[in-house]
Amino acid sequence: MADASIPVPGNVGEAVDITPPGEFKGTWLEYAHSWIVTVDHKRIGILYIGLGLFFLVVAGIEALLIRIQLIRPLSNFVSPDSYNRLFTLHGTTMVFLVGMPILFGFGNYLIPLMIGARDMAFPRLNAFSFWVSAFAGFLLYYSLVGGEGLAGAGSAPDVGWFAYAPLTELAFSPGHSTDYWTLAVLLNGIGSIGTAVNIITTTFCMRCKGMTLMRMPLLPWLYITMSTLVLLAISPLTAAQIMLLVDRYLGGHFFDTQAGGSALLWFHFFWIFGHPEVYVLVLPAFAFANEIVPTFSRKAIFGYAAMVVASVGIAFISLSVWAHHMFTVGMTSVSNTFFVLSTMMVSIPTGIKVFNWLATMWGGRIRFTLPMLFTTAFLFQWVVAGLTGIILAVAPFDWQVHFSYFLISHFHYVLVGAIVFMIFAAFYYWYPKATGRMLNERLGRLHFWLMLIGFHLTFDFMFIVGLLGMPRQIYTYMPDRPWTTLNQIISVGAFLQGLAILIFVYNLFYSYSHGKKAGPDPWDAWTLEWATSSPPAPYNFETEPVVASRRPLWDLKHPEDPDSAYE
Amino acid sequence: MSTIPLEHTMIGSDWHLPKRGVVGMCALIVAESAMFTIFVVAYIYYIGKSSFGPTPRQVLHVPVLGTICLLSSSIFIWLAEREIHRARMSRFKVLWGITCLLAAVFLSGTAQEWYRLIFHEGLTVRTNLFGTTFYSLVGLHAAHVTVGLTILTLVLIFALANRVRPEHAYQVQVFSLYWHFVDVVWVVVFTTVYIVGR
Repeated sequence: MADASIPVPGNVGEAVDITPPGEFKGTWLEYAHSWIVTVDHKRIGILYIGLGLFFLVVAGIEALLIRIQLIRPLSNFVSPDSYNRLFTLHGTTMVFLVGMPILFGFGNYLIPLMIGARDMAFPRLNAFSFWVSAFAGFLLYYSLVGGEGLAGAGSAPDVGWFAYAPLTELAFSPGHSTDYWTLAVLLNGIGSIGTAVNIITTTFCMRCKGMTLMRMPLLPWLYITMSTLVLLAISPLTAAQIMLLVDRYLGGHFFDTQAGGSALLWFHFFWIFGHPEVYVLVLPAFAFANEIVPTFSRKAIFGYAAMVVASVGIAFISLSVWAHHMFTVGMTSVSNTFFVLSTMMVSIPTGIKVFNWLATMWGGRIRFTLPMLFTTAFLFQWVVAGLTGIILAVAPFDWQVHFSYFLISHFHYVLVGAIVFMIFAAFYYWYPKATGRMLNERLGRLHFWLMLIGFHLTFDFMFIVGLLGMPRQIYTYMPDRPWTTLNQIISVGAFLQGLAILIFVYNLFYSYSHGKKAGPDPWDAWTLEWATSSPPAPYNFETEPVVASRRPLWDLKHPEDPDSAYE
Repeated sequence: MSTIPLEHTMIGSDWHLPKRGVVGMCALIVAESAMFTIFVVAYIYYIGKSSFGPTPRQVLHVPVLGTICLLSSSIFIWLAEREIHRARMSRFKVLWGITCLLAAVFLSGTAQEWYRLIFHEGLTVRTNLFGTTFYSLVGLHAAHVTVGLTILTLVLIFALANRVRPEHAYQVQVFSLYWHFVDVVWVVVFTTVYIVGR
């Protein structure tokens, strides 16, 4: 740098792209083809998110059918068999085909932009992972046709999303519906592992000049942690699915209790995957909060290093808590105590994160834009989700409520109250970057309030109905139980949420053509993705950016007081 | 103004990041290790739980030759890797060929063992828990050897056609990581199945 009088520490300014994104000139078919063969991380990210949104609507409809069935006692809106299929498909779809694809989609889209890279480390592996996951999704739903005919017995999988053995054995689940479930989850896992390998490699090997690991935005940091968990947690699930396939197709005895096999082993294998999976889903939600809270509090994140350590700590501890899903199985008191204590320990790094978000907001000039509204709701709901988690971690209490709606409400507080709310926040925050248009504010606020009211109607009252003894997974209930009114409130809340999501999806399409023009940096944010145009050109940055601090755009906008002078 | 350190002037020539191939392969190895761990745990959990025979002690023979071949192939691939780094291609081809041969001997040993177990001892996946876990664990490892041998053979064919050149040393190095991993897994599988399990 010859000109030492320029105080900009780094040349992110040159990275701002001024060329307009090229209009596609070709037939409609060529345009579709270009999306199918694409290896661009931004397009694959959008494909992932599109897939996730499609299945969100599908699994949401399944949830509403469940809620219609439970709205009154002795209802027979759906048959008992269909009811089992509905909650199996709802769970499997929401975890594997909604949560994972949407979060991987955001990771795919954002990580290269945030670390100043041209693309992911392995673009073709990226495309492969997406198409395998998408195929897995349609394979799962093909079971409706291919299991044993559209109306025949055993069409869709009905073994629950946890597929406990020995119910999944050939003797108890004849036909092909369970095979479709196994193969879909297996394939989806292969896609997830591919993307996890890709994210880890990208963040370690593709960072732009000057971006040391401790200068990375927190989002890529949390995605590294999440991807490591995917490698360590999804692989056991893949192994367990292979064992199940050996049992079902080759006549093996892994989970065949008649030949000495153990159903308990499946419990362990499934939850060795199942609990880290919760953190696989929630860490990206934390990652979004880590970006959104500082931007709209107009402050740098409080305790960057503590945030990194806490995230890695959560991932590490979460690998040793799985059997808290199995207190009711009847374990020794030593194992019970171990898993109670390890589960409670997760709340320490999680608490550090919550306090750091609060400290970031404290004394900041908070702007309650749509992303910040959802993030604030997330903070409250995440605390309730975490606290009920600690309650459930106490084994004697868990024995009482494990099979009740209390537990259902707890994990929906995590999955909806925390993760889905943060996914919406991320949509409102990064939609302008991906499309160049802002999402409509009025529709957005309507979406937020409907979602918030609907969420609390549904899941707050689900806690109560659970404490009143309503068991999970029941098809219907007797009129003399004190559950009817509460179930009606819960169902009304569910429909409010469904309406909110419809408004949101409508907003996504409406604002694509009618939204306000966003420009490259609508939120006055500080990370690298806002340096390039919206939507970014296929090559992301015109010149390779060089950064000197955690907030390169702050340095660019405030040359008189750059972060790099303090870090 | 002059107090602001222009850090980026120091960045540039000494900005080093790890290479993609090695990091990607290591991540894959972590995932594979987790998968093998589950199969090994299942194997150990079910030792002695079979309701009826045959038992491992009755039918399993320790595969000494195969084990020696597979473990020494790790040394030969390492030597081959060193030669390609030094651009000595004819030595590379010989050493790579030996690696292929050793892997093939190992696989044929497994094939003979399975043939004997199935047709002479009557042990299949269906027979008992020992059969289920044995064929799954050893089979999963053999599948990894098969993938490795396929790639080894492809590289050998391309090398003999002079299409593998010294500039491909890095790719060869990344693949050899996978091969070393397959060997290390065999040490674990061997210990579990043929020492602890008998």
